[in-house]
Amino acid sequence: MASESLPLSGSISLPRETGKTWLETVHEWVITVDHKKLGLMYIGQALIFLVLGGIEAMIMRLQLSVPHATFVSPEAFNRMFTMHGTTMIFFVAMPVVFGFGIYLIPLMIGTRDMAFPRVNAWGFWMSLFGGLLLYFSFIGGDGLYGAGSAPDVGWWAYAPLTSTAFSKGHSTDFWTISLLLSGFGTVGVGVNLVSTILCMRCPGMTLGKMPLLPWLYLVMGAMLLFTITPLTAAQAMLMVDRYMGGHFFDTQAGGSAVMWMHFFWIFGHPEVYVLIIPAFAFISEIVPVFSRKPIFGYPVMVAATVAIGFVSMSVWAHHMFTIGMESYSNAFFVLTTMTVGIPTGIKIFNWLGTMWGGKIRYELPMLWAVGFLFQFLIAGLTGIMLGAAPFDWQLGGSYFVVAHFHYVIVGGILFAMFGAFYYWYPKMSGRMLGTTLGKWHFWLFLIGFHVTFDLMHIPGLLGMPRRIYTYEPGRGWDSWNMLVSVGGVLQAIATACFVVNLIWSYWKGREAGNDPWDAWTLEWSTASPPPDYNFAQLPEVKSRRPLWDIKHPEDPDWKYE
Amino acid sequence: MSAMSPAVPTPAAWTLPSRGRVGMYCLIAAEAAIFTIFVIAYIFYIGKSLSGPTPQQVLEVPIFYTVCLLSSSIVIHFAEKALHGGQLGSFKLLWFLTFALGATFLVGTALEWRHLIGEGLTISTNLFGTTYYSLVGLHALHVTVGLIGFVIVLICALMSKVTQEHAERIGVFSLYWHFVDAVWVVVFTVVYIIGR
Repeated sequence: MASESLPLSGSISLPRETGKTWLETVHEWVITVDHKKLGLMYIGQALIFLVLGGIEAMIMRLQLSVPHATFVSPEAFNRMFTMHGTTMIFFVAMPVVFGFGIYLIPLMIGTRDMAFPRVNAWGFWMSLFGGLLLYFSFIGGDGLYGAGSAPDVGWWAYAPLTSTAFSKGHSTDFWTISLLLSGFGTVGVGVNLVSTILCMRCPGMTLGKMPLLPWLYLVMGAMLLFTITPLTAAQAMLMVDRYMGGHFFDTQAGGSAVMWMHFFWIFGHPEVYVLIIPAFAFISEIVPVFSRKPIFGYPVMVAATVAIGFVSMSVWAHHMFTIGMESYSNAFFVLTTMTVGIPTGIKIFNWLGTMWGGKIRYELPMLWAVGFLFQFLIAGLTGIMLGAAPFDWQLGGSYFVVAHFHYVIVGGILFAMFGAFYYWYPKMSGRMLGTTLGKWHFWLFLIGFHVTFDLMHIPGLLGMPRRIYTYEPGRGWDSWNMLVSVGGVLQAIATACFVVNLIWSYWKGREAGNDPWDAWTLEWSTASPPPDYNFAQLPEVKSRRPLWDIKHPEDPDWKYE
Repeated sequence: MSAMSPAVPTPAAWTLPSRGRVGMYCLIAAEAAIFTIFVIAYIFYIGKSLSGPTPQQVLEVPIFYTVCLLSSSIVIHFAEKALHGGQLGSFKLLWFLTFALGATFLVGTALEWRHLIGEGLTISTNLFGTTYYSLVGLHALHVTVGLIGFVIVLICALMSKVTQEHAERIGVFSLYWHFVDAVWVVVFTVVYIIGR
């Protein structure tokens, strides 16, 4: 039933523009407030920083592949893990989920732009300049003796490491200011997402008829308002301490280092859900389309997301079991952490319920989605293990933890993100991503991922602490570390396949048409790529799957919803 | 497809909340989270300073300035109402009055800080100084942003560029001002009542 031009009014197809000079093109992109251009720029920013963060990861893995390696100095290693963590969270994962959201949401809810287009542009440039500022520290952040250096305090930046006594020079200030800046931009994104989704829906799209992706982004946008701001406040306090001689985190003047931990993790844990909820959103769009069934348990999916949003705000101190909290606190945070597993389990159940009995098409987006389901489940299980305080006392701060959260972020978020690329690239560029390279990308990455992060649990169980720059031979860690590094190389090769595919397909890929996947949501009713302002006439919807209604007038969804 | 329409009638008047108001509520939520963190830090560090001066020794309760700030919330409400009703003259007057009350409050903060610095309390003296200047300063920063907004609107109003049709936008702006006032109630309670 995939038709080239659906009978929705306003799907104008424009030819790819030619004849512009290079400078005109740059000017157009710099001044733009168009949600599609800004979304693409967010995604482009994320891809560039993904390569940078990936290089830092590879440097660490090279250093750790054999005991007593001298590939980098201990100081450089500290900088690498600090920059890797900061980059991947703030300048890869956040921009990429913002980019997809900003690109897709106006299309999916049938409107012409975000509620505040200029705030949208402001948010992007804050994020980009925050990232550039962070990387400028490599040359501008003079450490001891005037040597240029990047931040080396870890991405948690625990006090008192960040005090002026232990972090001389400006590297920590670059870290602080870059996160403050990008944090302001993030608040703008949160405001914009919530306002757009609540106030800009096309006629007929009540909240109950909204596709799941905007619903999940609504929850995520609201969470942004409450998660990024504690970090902003804590960074401001850190600036007061460093520049004005304040004592917030200065234990010698009665301040508290634990205070910083709380503030950081009040941001840090909900942040994981800020990133994984968009991943859920991608999966909730991909799985139904490639199972040829509507999503199973739509209201429950929404309720579970809202529940995750609330509960995730009260679990932060499970990152702090090892600092010695009182037993009541430990018990509270164990219980809330276990509670998060319930709505998450419901979601996995519903995705499986969607696939159950469906006509599953294992195209590239679906492959990534299935990989996500499997890996996210395992990541959740190790999360439950670490959520039990006594287990965490044993393994907190070990490579088991590193393996666990990379399972969430790479196996969950990154897999969903790659799925989203394969699914929406045709809409964004007008061309399909190449299947052969895509298959290479998927299988190499899948194997590399499992070699790295399955095996990384084991040295953790054997007692290998995180953030060490080298280790003694003969502790049973050697071969595991070598294998983990080999898996890292496989993932790097796979990512190179992906980047080549992105570029090659833009010029040589198969023409996609409006609706290559025979999908059901409004973005597929416009041209690929969509024209400026998306819709000549705003669509009207009667159900959650407006394109299904049009393709199947004999059996529309609105009869059943 | 014509059979579709009767089953699910598309509402003739499809209305959704005002994006300005929703956006401002979101911003207020985010700001509230920032203030919450500073307030928690303030409460946590009450009485933990290792050296003086203590709040009991140096802090005076700014009742007059508090009355000024809180009453500005009432005045701005009537200013908004005047604009809504098209009474531009009384809007300008009430708007200026709101600005004057806010500015008086800011002057009060400045005088208080001068007094405290004279007493030997700076942001680096002790934990009380650090938390006090940060929390009150953060609030004063928000008052300042509000005052800048007042001045901009006032200039526009004096150039006769503010009319009845802008009542909605002025309403959104006044939400921010109400928030700044509400935060002061919390800050006042924490700093001058609980902490003193």
